[in-house]
This record gives sequence, C-alpha cells and structure tokens, in this order.
Amino acid sequence: MENFEPTIVAFCCHYCAYTAADMAGSQRLTYPANVKIIRVPCSGKVDALHIVKAFEKGADGVYVAGCLDGDCHFKNGNNRASRRVEYVQKYLDEIGIGGERLEMVNMSAGMGYRFAQIATEITEKIRKLGPSPIHSMIGASCPANSDLTA
Amino acid sequence: MITAERKPLEELIEYVRPFKRILLVGCNECVTVCSAGGRKEVGLLASGLKMALMQSGRNIEIREHTLERQCDPEYIDELVSMIDGVDAVMSMACGCGVQEISRRFKDRPVFPAVNTKFMGASERQGVWAERCQGCGNCLLGVTGGICPIARCSKRLMNGPCGGSVAGKCEISQDVDCVWQLIWDRFKELGLEENYLNIIPAKDWRSATGGGPRKIIREDLAA
Repeated sequence: MENFEPTIVAFCCHYCAYTAADMAGSQRLTYPANVKIIRVPCSGKVDALHIVKAFEKGADGVYVAGCLDGDCHFKNGNNRASRRVEYVQKYLDEIGIGGERLEMVNMSAGMGYRFAQIATEITEKIRKLGPSPIHSMIGASCPANSDLTA
Repeated sequence: MITAERKPLEELIEYVRPFKRILLVGCNECVTVCSAGGRKEVGLLASGLKMALMQSGRNIEIREHTLERQCDPEYIDELVSMIDGVDAVMSMACGCGVQEISRRFKDRPVFPAVNTKFMGASERQGVWAERCQGCGNCLLGVTGGICPIARCSKRLMNGPCGGSVAGKCEISQDVDCVWQLIWDRFKELGLEENYLNIIPAKDWRSATGGGPRKIIREDLAA
C-alpha cells in the first residue's frame, strides 16, 4: 500500500523508557510521529490484554519498553514483561496478526538516542510488514481507528 | 483446583465460525486461578476470535461475562438476561461448567473453550501439578499426606517399582517417584515403621470404576 503510515503503540515504563523518550525530546532528537506513547509505572504492568486490545483497536505494531535487565525499579518487572511479550507473540501468531508486530525493548533513562532509534526502526519494520491484517475490516473511517490517529 | 488449558485457537474459531453473536462465559474459580478461563482470559479470547474472524471477512459479536462459578445452577441463572439474540455459547469453565450451561440452555449449542486437565495444586507461580484423582477413599492418612494414586504412574500401593531411580519415576526425569517422597516423609515424621504396613488391594468402586458418581445429602436435598 502506498503512503501507508503505520500506527505504533509504545508502552513505556515511567522510570526508564518514558524518561528516555523525554530525553529524546530535550535533545531535540526526531522520531516518527507514528509512535504513540503510553506511560505505565513499570513494563511489568502491561498485561496481555492491553497489547491484544491495542491491535484490536487498529495498531499495526506494538512494543513494550522497559528498563535494562537488572535495573528494573521494581526488581524484575521488565523480566515479567519480557516473558509476557513472548506469550502474546505466540497468541498473535495463532490469531493471524503475527507475533513479529510485537516487540520487547530495553533501555535506560539516559538513552534518549536509543529511544529515538528504536522508534524509527520499529516504525520502518512495521511499514515494511504493511497494515495490520484486520485493517480493512476496521476501515479508515471507523471510529476505532480514530482513537489512535486523533 | 481443577486445572485446564485453553484449546488451540483454530479449533475455537471453527466452533464459532457459523454464528453471528455468541456469549463467552468465564468462571471466577479454578480456571481463573490457573489463568485459563477467568475474566482476563475471556477478554483475551474474545479479542482474538474477533480479530481472527475479521481476517476472513466475518464480523462476530461476542458478549463477555464471567460468573462466580458455573457448577451451581443459581449462578447460571444470571445468564438468562444476556442470552437473548445469542446464537451460541462458549464456556471457559471446566467440563462441569460447560455441561451445566448446556443443561440450562437446551436450545443453543454450547462449546468448551478449554481442555479440562486434572485436580491439582500450585507447585510455584505458573506451575500446577496433579495431586488428586478423586478415588473416593482417601488414604493420605496412611501415606504421610502424599498420594500414590494420583502421583504414582502405576498407582502402586506398597512401595516403588524397579524403575524408581535417584528419586525419579522411570517415565520421565521430571516426575518424582512418589514412593521416594512418601519414604522421605515417613523419615521426617519418624514413622518409618509405617512403611511396613501393607495397604490392601484397592476397591475401585468408589472411584470411576463404579460408574458416574453422585452425593446426596439427605439433610440438604429437598
């Protein structure tokens, strides 16, 4: 599809990933506007249902961004998130959406450049994969889609 | 608890494919504890089914509801207000719950969403293991609180077989030899001499060998 602009949802933990996003902002690093950030207290708070619902509402790609291994503010929330993401990837394969549309990433609060880099890379990856398989059923004019693009 | 695991999605998709509106019912007890059929899993399955069917151009409406449990008719009654216009029901409860719903709503097809596995307990978070097979005549009092019927692959009643090596059952390194566990427990309790008590051949009529079972409490049954 020409001019396909993917919609990416990024669940970012408050202590690392969201702060890194903030740093990217202060450093004036650009990253694609396709990425919609949702701040969570810890990546471990992100539930399978949050991820699956994001896809149901029209996201073309989702990633969960947490702290570096060993540095989670809540001890091991990022490890739980990692395992949960793997579980949901398998479920997405079963559904037909595809587990490759979901990723777990880690960064520290100071890594503004990494936040911007990951946002760019994932947007490009999803752009190549194309729109989510349910895109045509929920449609461009459908209210569900506008939840994310508004 | 009764443990269960969700059926493969492709099987569930084929069950619901012919229908326009289904009711997906979860259970707040055993299947919630083993993360197979509680409120969260109902949400996950409804979303997954919708998206899977969307890809073949079908729009399905899924009503979601989770009952406290599905093995008591009083709870199933709560579904009466939700059943209008529903073509089929899918239950995420164990086999008991699916059948109770099927008994109540005779005019609609009812499908199971999980495979009911065994009666078990948590070994640690996310791991459940079989502990009881409902033999109907519990002998845990004479085996140090460890069950050789549920946990011995051969259901031996008087000690291990020759396949017990290094405390493991011959069928798999992941399975403990229960008679090793029982012996170790007797030692901890200082009751080694109990090991020599012979447990006689079991009367399986109190178990599934006697046909479908029923309990009637005369003081409670009207």
